[in-house]
Order: sequence, then C-alpha cells, then structure tokens
Amino acid sequence: MGFDFDVIERSLPYLFRDGMTFTVTLTLLAMTGGIFFGTLLAMMRLSALKLVSMLAGAYVNLMRSIPLVLVIFWFFFLVPYIGAWIFRESQPIKVGAWLSAVITFTMFEAAYYCEIMRAGIQSIARGQVWSGYALGLNYWQTMGQIVLPQAFRNMLPVLLTQTIILFQDTSLVYVISATDFLGAAAKIANRDYRLVEMYSFVAVVYFIISYSLSLLVKRLQDRIAIIR
Amino acid sequence: MISIKNVSKWYGSFQVLTECSTEVAKGEVVVVCGPSGSGKSTLIKCVNALEPFQKGEIVVNGISVGDPKTDLPKLRSRVGMVFQHFELFPHMTVTQNLTLGQIKVLGRSEQEARDKGLKLLERVGLSAHKDKYPGQLSGGQQQRVAIARALSMDPIAMLFDEPTSALDPEMINEVLDVMVELAREGMTMMVVTHEMGFARKVAHRVIFMDAGRIVEDDSKDQFFGTPRSERAQLFLSKILQH
Repeated sequence: MGFDFDVIERSLPYLFRDGMTFTVTLTLLAMTGGIFFGTLLAMMRLSALKLVSMLAGAYVNLMRSIPLVLVIFWFFFLVPYIGAWIFRESQPIKVGAWLSAVITFTMFEAAYYCEIMRAGIQSIARGQVWSGYALGLNYWQTMGQIVLPQAFRNMLPVLLTQTIILFQDTSLVYVISATDFLGAAAKIANRDYRLVEMYSFVAVVYFIISYSLSLLVKRLQDRIAIIR
Repeated sequence: MISIKNVSKWYGSFQVLTECSTEVAKGEVVVVCGPSGSGKSTLIKCVNALEPFQKGEIVVNGISVGDPKTDLPKLRSRVGMVFQHFELFPHMTVTQNLTLGQIKVLGRSEQEARDKGLKLLERVGLSAHKDKYPGQLSGGQQQRVAIARALSMDPIAMLFDEPTSALDPEMINEVLDVMVELAREGMTMMVVTHEMGFARKVAHRVIFMDAGRIVEDDSKDQFFGTPRSERAQLFLSKILQH
C-alpha cells in the first residue's frame, strides 16, 4: 500500500471549506475577543484598586495554570448548566461545540493576551499618562487615546505570535468532536484508512501557514523598529 | 490663583515634601529652584494632582485640589503643564497633538480646534511642521509644540517642570524665548528651572527648595541680592560660577 495522494485531492474541498473555515473563524473570533477582554484584564491588573487587580490576577493565574484541553472539556460540560442557571431553565440549555469553543478560547486566550498587554501598557512612559491627565483627559480617554494605541503598536508582533499559537491550539477542539481542519482530516483518515497521508498533509498545511505568519511578524517587527 | 498651604507628602515612610507653603498670584511668575531631589518637581505635580499629597491643602482658582469631590480632569484642563521630556504623543501628528484636548475635553469642533492649534503653532514659529510626527522634530521644537499644546486649552495658569533641562544647549533659548514672551503677556506661571537668566529676566519671585522644604521664598531682587539661607547661597554660587 503506497502513499495515496488522491485521497488528499478528493477531500480538499471538505478539508478547507468545512475544516479550515472553522479553524480560521475560531482563531479570528478568539483573537478579537481575547485581545478585547485581555486588554480590560490588563487594565484591571494595573488598577490601583487592590480588589480589582486581585480579581484579574486570580483569573489570569487560574487560566494559565490549567491545561487548555481541560478548560475546553470542563467548559463544554459546564456551560449548559451555567446557561440554565442564568436563564432560569430547569434543563441544561443546549450549547453546541462551536459556541462553546468560541467562548472557551476567548476566555482562555484573554489571560495570555492580558499579560502581553500588561507589559505593553507598562512600557509606556509614566509621563505620557501625566501629559494626558494634564490636558484634562480622564482615565478612559487617556487609556484609549494615548496609552493603548502605543501599547498595542509596541506589542503587535507579540500579539500576533500569540495568535499563531492560538491558531495551532484550536486543533484541540477535537476533544468535543468539533470539525476543525484537523478534525475534518481525522474523519477522512479514519473513514478511508489513510492515516499517514491525511495527518502528514495536515502537518504540512499547519507548518506552511504558521511559518509564513511568523515570517510576516518578523518583517513587521523590523518595520516597527525602524519607525520608532 | 495658586495657594499651597502646609503640604506634606510621603512615599511610603520617606517624606519628600515637608510643610510647603507658598502663593502664586494672578499674573505672577514664580521660579522654583533647588538641587536635584529637593522636591521641586514633586511639588509642582501636586498643584494639578498628578502626584497625590497626604497633608495640607492646595487651592487653584478657588478649587481645592486634594478634595476627593473635585472634578480633577476639569481642573487640570484649566492649568497648562509642560514637562521635562515634552511628552508629546508620538503616535499623533503635531496638529493632532494640538487638537486632542480641545476636542475631547473642551468639546470644540475639529475645525475650531485646528484653527486654534495652528494659530498657536505659528506663534511658536513651527507652522511648517504641522503634519510631522514629534519624533521628526528636534527637542527644542518638540518643547515649543508642547507649550503650544498647553496653551491651546486657554489655561488660567501654566506649570513648567524643568522645561529646558532635557535640551541641548543651543535649543534652550528658543524655548526660553517663548516662555519669556508668555510671562510678559501676564500669564500666571510656576516654573521649576535652573535657568537663572530666565529667573532674573521675568520672575517676580524665586522659591528655593532643599530636602523637601521651601527654604527661601523671596522677591527676585532679594533672592539674587542676599539669600538668607546658607544652602541657597551655596547653590547660587555653584550654578552662577560660569
């Protein structure tokens, strides 16, 4: 039994239209949500109010101390009960693998993006904040207009690197039987007994995408370095 | 205009300001000098509450700075501040730097803010640079933009925190010229600086600080004539030697 390229070619539409679309959409949604909540968490962690910074710190440390697979699992089984509790239903509400995955990845990644944004915010000189306040801007205006745009820009390469990791991590949704790129390939592999072909192909595709993105990040890094 | 009464401040257990009291009247120019670490910058930052203080009272234009009920952004918008390291916003053009506060804080229209900003930019002689980013300007030019930015808010008083000490020597005068002009127009100014030439030219009073205390608070002529404290005499003899 030789290496069968045909199975790959035959399954390309399914792999990309279903699988890769899932993977990319999940990555983009979790990135957007993760950066948004991560930034809020970072602002909370840096808050002068002890309770606020403690709560954010506890959340971040919790998320960073639990394996992602476990969080995905745990969340998938817990969300229906939380939903039932929130909406006062007697039965656990139905939450599909898709929605569960989006929420889990957003919340999980928020912890990592938080640490990146925290470093970014701290990299902005104290004088910038002073100068915003001195003009009469309030906390949110100073953050939104002055600190975060600079922090975001300084941290862009690191944020994108984290997103590449997120892109690879989304493959863990196989534990809740979602059909991402890897999941789609696994289904074909099992159906047609073409494990070697399919898994090799998947590995090559992940490598090409991740490596190209990291090259892009590198170029971006150089450009930012010149401008500054 | 600005009244500072018995202000004390601690960083943890370390006391940086001890019982500081002074007044700046409307239209008055007060220079604050003293050796590094004497608390001059800290004191001036207390005036618009960029630094909190634990004891005493500061009243600006009738409003108590330390009062938790005070609307600090509103108070700060009325007091212009210029920093040692300029602190222009590097991700914005010169024009954006000049209009941000006017639009966000004073609620001026973009056109109005722009007109005002460009007028002030012309005043500090930098109209040609309106579309540049701060990083493309020299230190002296950046500091002049920073002064224009503070003036764009129509402040009732201006605070200067060592505005020339981060500048190359040949750029100091272009900044001081703007400040002298401002002082002659009757702007109320509190200026932390080592530029004794500036103090001689336009200051009404000179405050000398040492180790967190206001040691001298004299009229200009008194200060340069016969400073009472030994520490002030020593300081003057050191910086006026050359």
